[in-house]
Amino acid sequence: MEQGPAGGPAATGTATGPGGLLLPLSESEQQRYSELFSRCCPPPEAAAGGSSVGELFRASQLPPDTLHQITEICGAKRVGYFGPAQFYIALKLIAAAQSGFPVRIESIKNELPLPRFMALKNDSEVRYGTPAELHGVKFQVPHAPLEKNSYKRTDEGDKQELKSPPMSPICSPPASPSTYQRIPLSYGYGKSRSGLEQQHGAPYEVRHSAHQQDGPSSGNYGAKPALTCSTPNRSLSVEREQQDSSSHYSDDPWRITEEQRDYYINQFRSLQPDLNSFISGSVAKNFFTKSKLPIPELSHIWELSDVDCDGALTLPEFCAAFHLVVARKNGYQLPETLPETLLPEYLQAASLKPMRDCTLFDSYSESLPGGQQSRDFSRTEKASAEEVPDNSALLQDAKKDDKQALKVSTALKMIPKEFQHLTVKTAAQESNALKARPRSRSYSSTSIEDAMKKGEEPPTPPPRPQKSHSRASSLDLNKIFQQNTQAVRSGWLPPPPPALPPRPSVSQTEQPSEVELHPQMNRPPSQAEENSSAKKEVVLAQPPSKPARRKLRTEAQGLETPELSPTINVTSSLPAVKPHLPVQKQSSKQKRAIQTAIRKNKEANAVLARLNSELQQQLKEVHKERIALETQLEQLRPVTVL
Amino acid sequence: TVHTSLDVVDEKISAMGKALVDQRELYLGLLYPTEDYKVYGYVTNSKVKFVMVVDSSNTALRDNEIRSMFRKLHNSYTDIMCNPFYNPGDRIHSRAFDNMVNSMMMQVC
Repeated sequence: MEQGPAGGPAATGTATGPGGLLLPLSESEQQRYSELFSRCCPPPEAAAGGSSVGELFRASQLPPDTLHQITEICGAKRVGYFGPAQFYIALKLIAAAQSGFPVRIESIKNELPLPRFMALKNDSEVRYGTPAELHGVKFQVPHAPLEKNSYKRTDEGDKQELKSPPMSPICSPPASPSTYQRIPLSYGYGKSRSGLEQQHGAPYEVRHSAHQQDGPSSGNYGAKPALTCSTPNRSLSVEREQQDSSSHYSDDPWRITEEQRDYYINQFRSLQPDLNSFISGSVAKNFFTKSKLPIPELSHIWELSDVDCDGALTLPEFCAAFHLVVARKNGYQLPETLPETLLPEYLQAASLKPMRDCTLFDSYSESLPGGQQSRDFSRTEKASAEEVPDNSALLQDAKKDDKQALKVSTALKMIPKEFQHLTVKTAAQESNALKARPRSRSYSSTSIEDAMKKGEEPPTPPPRPQKSHSRASSLDLNKIFQQNTQAVRSGWLPPPPPALPPRPSVSQTEQPSEVELHPQMNRPPSQAEENSSAKKEVVLAQPPSKPARRKLRTEAQGLETPELSPTINVTSSLPAVKPHLPVQKQSSKQKRAIQTAIRKNKEANAVLARLNSELQQQLKEVHKERIALETQLEQLRPVTVL
Repeated sequence: TVHTSLDVVDEKISAMGKALVDQRELYLGLLYPTEDYKVYGYVTNSKVKFVMVVDSSNTALRDNEIRSMFRKLHNSYTDIMCNPFYNPGDRIHSRAFDNMVNSMMMQVC
């Protein structure tokens, strides 16, 4: 707090007003006033400029005649400028006026809260409003008539405290979608919904609207949001709420918090087990009708949330619709257009942004083309086997987030199911069996996945085909990389485990799992080697069939892609991944990588085998032709000779 | 007059004989030029009829424009239909629909 030039005259801690009246200023007031004063009048002047002072006073949202009165009383008119003394008196008078006291000299002799100024650039002013809590009771009364709907104040006390810290920075009216009054959240909604738990909190905090009924009360909102806001009846932990409110810039009722999102997803699952597909219109209609909102409103909500107008709700659309229903039930007016935070693209992106540790997990998986994941997967699996006892919860969360992100990257679809198996079976010895199982499943969904990958959305662009062209199709390179990765992998394996604390308990299982995984990892490389040798044969057989050669080239390239790219990316991505904690992410990515690599190798194998047989046949035919030609030649030769 | 034009619409679609699912046929064209205004008709595949009444003094309206207006109407209508809460036959309260219609009318005037 700079008390310097402005605080000089007031160093004694008092302010002298007209008639030499000495007013005691508390320390907080002193600090505040000096700060305000210094803002209004840049030092080293001793007098505040009229315009900035006027602005400040207007920001206090007092009626103009009150402000005139204040300036008169504080003596600025007489003196002609706002000296520090006048300024301080004026501030005190403002505080008095905001507290509802008449603007008189006498009133400022009492202990007063600090004046509140709205719409100032400096939001921190409102933080000083904490002394207002002393007068909290007084301010509740004027707000009572402002509350709408059924008003439940449960757990008021602790929630208030919790809310005030995150809310205090929120002073100047945020740009709200519309002029929402301070609408308390009614949680009678829970009864109408079958088994709905009230989980709204952070987004439904107090909204400052420019049309405050009482000017002074507006300032209170910064300090005491809980006053008018019926505290949410949370079923989840309070810490979570705080964390969420801080993570989402909490003044937006249209932002979906984490618990809300989870809840919506659960509801979605109850209607439609597959999170990737839609809820049909009739199902959704029945569901939302249960909320007992009038049909026109439901119709409007539907219009808002079904952006693609297909008569069905995808997961983000459903979340948006649900959120709107919840908001409406709590008294918020429905917007005319869908708020930005409820747009499906936004919600999809938001669901990808893992609120928990899975940040990297999703983004990483998206950035990786499917092939890379095969290599990562090898590491992932080993790590996951270790961490299973400790991080099963996290993995479940990862799974859940995965499920949310399913729309974007279909490759992830595999992982949650595999994860399920991996987390369920904690024994490291079963890692082999686990690998076998996902592998078998990977077959069934290979074609689907590939087909879906073609139609994948931008977030996971199919870089695989591109990579295949960009990569050199030299077989030597392939082999070299394989050798490298083998060495690298073995070298990599030991470091991650010691780096992570939660693993020490599982460190014993490490070694056996490592051993087991090594042969497994050697298998894909050996497969790749086989492929490369097959490729070589194929390359040699090029002359007879050119079109076949071209086909083989692309296949070879395609084969190399998963092998080369994962190996390279694994090395580069690992250091990036490591600092971020998430070895479980590595494990999952590695798992995925392994799976996809295995799948690809098998496909490539099959294709090459087919090609091989075809070429053999061609070879036979050519042989036959050759023999026929030779016999012909022999037949003809005696003729020519003769 | 709107009701008489409806009769004309019925007459036209019944006169079609076999089911013509052609999009072009959906546009019925100028139904009946009365003294004051013109009525245009359009019927969807599900026999939902759009009737547009235009002031005769507005001679700048070409057939193509009318067609495009009907097309837009049709599209908006299908969007409304997607809403499971909408009962066919109710008054349409959709703001998006209203906006579209208004903008269309502004364009013409």
